[in-house]
Amino acid sequence: MTENIRLAFQGIWGHKMRSVLTMLGIIIGIAAIITIVSTIQGTNEQIKENLIGAGNNVVTVQLNEGSYPYDMAWNGNPDGVRVITEKTRQELKEIAGVEEVSLYCARNYSDGLYYQNIRYSGQIFGIDEYYLNVYGYQVKSGRGFTQSDYDNYRKVVLVDTNTVKNLFGGEDPVGKTVELNSDAFTVVGVVALSEEFAPTINSMKDYQLYMNNSTGAIYLPDSVWPTAYRFDEPQSVAIKVVNTDAMTSAGQDAADLLNQKQIAGSNSKLQYRSQDMLEQAQQLQKMSESTNTQLIWIASISLLVGGIGVMNIMLVSVTERTAEIGLKKAIGAKKKRILLQFLTESAVLTSMGGLIGVITGVIMAQLISSMVQIPVSISLPAIAVAVVFSTLIGVVFGMLPAVQAANLNPIEALRRD
Amino acid sequence: MPILKLTDICKDYMQGKEPVRVLKNVNMTVEKGDYLAIMGPSGSGKTTLMNIIGCLDVPTSGSYELDGKNLKDLTDDDLAEIRNKHLGFVFQSFHLLPKMDALDNVALPLLYAGVPVQERRERAAQALKSVGLEERMHFLPNQMSGGQCQRVAIARAIVGKPDLLLADEPTGALDTKAGNQIMDIFRQLSQEGMTIIMITHEPSIAACADKTYRILDGELHTGEVQQEGDADEETGSEEHKSEEALCEERESAQDETAADFSEESQSEE
Repeated sequence: MTENIRLAFQGIWGHKMRSVLTMLGIIIGIAAIITIVSTIQGTNEQIKENLIGAGNNVVTVQLNEGSYPYDMAWNGNPDGVRVITEKTRQELKEIAGVEEVSLYCARNYSDGLYYQNIRYSGQIFGIDEYYLNVYGYQVKSGRGFTQSDYDNYRKVVLVDTNTVKNLFGGEDPVGKTVELNSDAFTVVGVVALSEEFAPTINSMKDYQLYMNNSTGAIYLPDSVWPTAYRFDEPQSVAIKVVNTDAMTSAGQDAADLLNQKQIAGSNSKLQYRSQDMLEQAQQLQKMSESTNTQLIWIASISLLVGGIGVMNIMLVSVTERTAEIGLKKAIGAKKKRILLQFLTESAVLTSMGGLIGVITGVIMAQLISSMVQIPVSISLPAIAVAVVFSTLIGVVFGMLPAVQAANLNPIEALRRD
Repeated sequence: MPILKLTDICKDYMQGKEPVRVLKNVNMTVEKGDYLAIMGPSGSGKTTLMNIIGCLDVPTSGSYELDGKNLKDLTDDDLAEIRNKHLGFVFQSFHLLPKMDALDNVALPLLYAGVPVQERRERAAQALKSVGLEERMHFLPNQMSGGQCQRVAIARAIVGKPDLLLADEPTGALDTKAGNQIMDIFRQLSQEGMTIIMITHEPSIAACADKTYRILDGELHTGEVQQEGDADEETGSEEHKSEEALCEERESAQDETAADFSEESQSEE
């Protein structure tokens, strides 16, 4: 066997150009697969890290119409949906695993807010006094909302750090005035999540916004929300639970309770639905995986074509080396030995292709990651599978040429010289 | 007991749909230590006979006994093993593997016989020494002259200590001087007890053997068309006057100038 491997390397080295060209199909196929797998894995891990690792343990329950969140930007107040009272909030707090509950109103794309002449295009929230606590926001500069802000309907806003960057050009916004639907609001503070880069994600849309480097969030006391928008808008609920495991069940229970108490009649289209991060993470992962599985299939075709290329070259090689095979058989080489020699050669050839492909794939994944900021995670099992699979291609596609070599008639083979 | 015994060997080849008989009832007995030549023009069936003796081909009918064993109904792999253990081949065009050095080429049959690597190298070196090439062990075939290549091929043929050495036109690709060196080696091997069968169409080469067969149209003839040395046949190799005369003739006919090895080796390729 070692002899065969030595011979194989000798043969490959003897035809460097040809060997590289033969390996090219395998190299491209394996490199493509490694690149795709690495980026899928990287994206998935980042999704998980962002959503779960943020440590918020927050489940949001939103009003849905059909399978989409009810969007107040395009609709009026929904029929038969009551405002959530403090009493109901207390009931939500009593659900097992729930630590704190916050009610808020939201617009995902705001077009009515300006600072000087700059239009703001991020999210706007009307929040109660529990919201910042639920999401773990801390006041970085200025102050948070006080009870008197709520009680006196003060036109004040908090902004997050993205808004500071995007709307205020990085200047300290505290004390500045923004215009919201023709009303002047004063910025009183800047808030940020205690952990760096951990996003506030309430929906898929939020996540995508975050991935595109979100434009920011602006918060007003929910008591002044009606001056900017409408009275009695349906609220969303943000529930902080004790741990990740409790997220799904607490969210489900909360949605059931809200559906029972808040929705009058039997409007089947309107429904509260919980969206916890875990579920969203899995959804997002599934999405990126399914697109990438298709890419892997395409890359596999390259492997198939590469395999056929290897078979072709091995057939040529057998023909070229007829005299060598004939001599070996004449001096006593058995069929199995000749067969193994050629199988080893094609397997070594494709394994080398596989290895080069893996290296190329890893380099490409790193390049892509540095160019478009997609995180990359190199998967060792994927590399092992790629190398084993490329060896297998060599064995499968080398079989026909090897059998042909093993069955050569030594007389014929020796005569051809 | 004869080392080789052919009885009524026939070989047919299909030419289109008609079978053509290439060998016709060949009978031949070779004793251990014999050194014989088979002569015949091309197309006479001498290569076919050689292939059958060499277990590269099987006869259509007739029986073949090698070292007392009847070779019948054997698989390709069985034949390969017999070739490996009992036979040594020397070809007209050497058939050395171009990417291996002399030592590896010689060691190759031992590899197939399952000899461990250390012993392989020792025995191969020994065989190379016996053909006078101990200083060229690590030369590649294209770095050697034709005569040296053929000596490597002889070393390869004898390294496995075969019962029978088969040579097919061993001097056909060589100049006279190199050819004579090969004949000297064969003579020496014969004196050491090696059984040699050589195929040639050159009378002067055939004359170097102890005994000559002629093959014509697939029929093997013993003795009657031999050179004048019939009477000396039984007295031993050193007494073959007429044959030696022929051999000497070859030597004197050739130029004494040393062959230019590098030029030769280029023309080989």
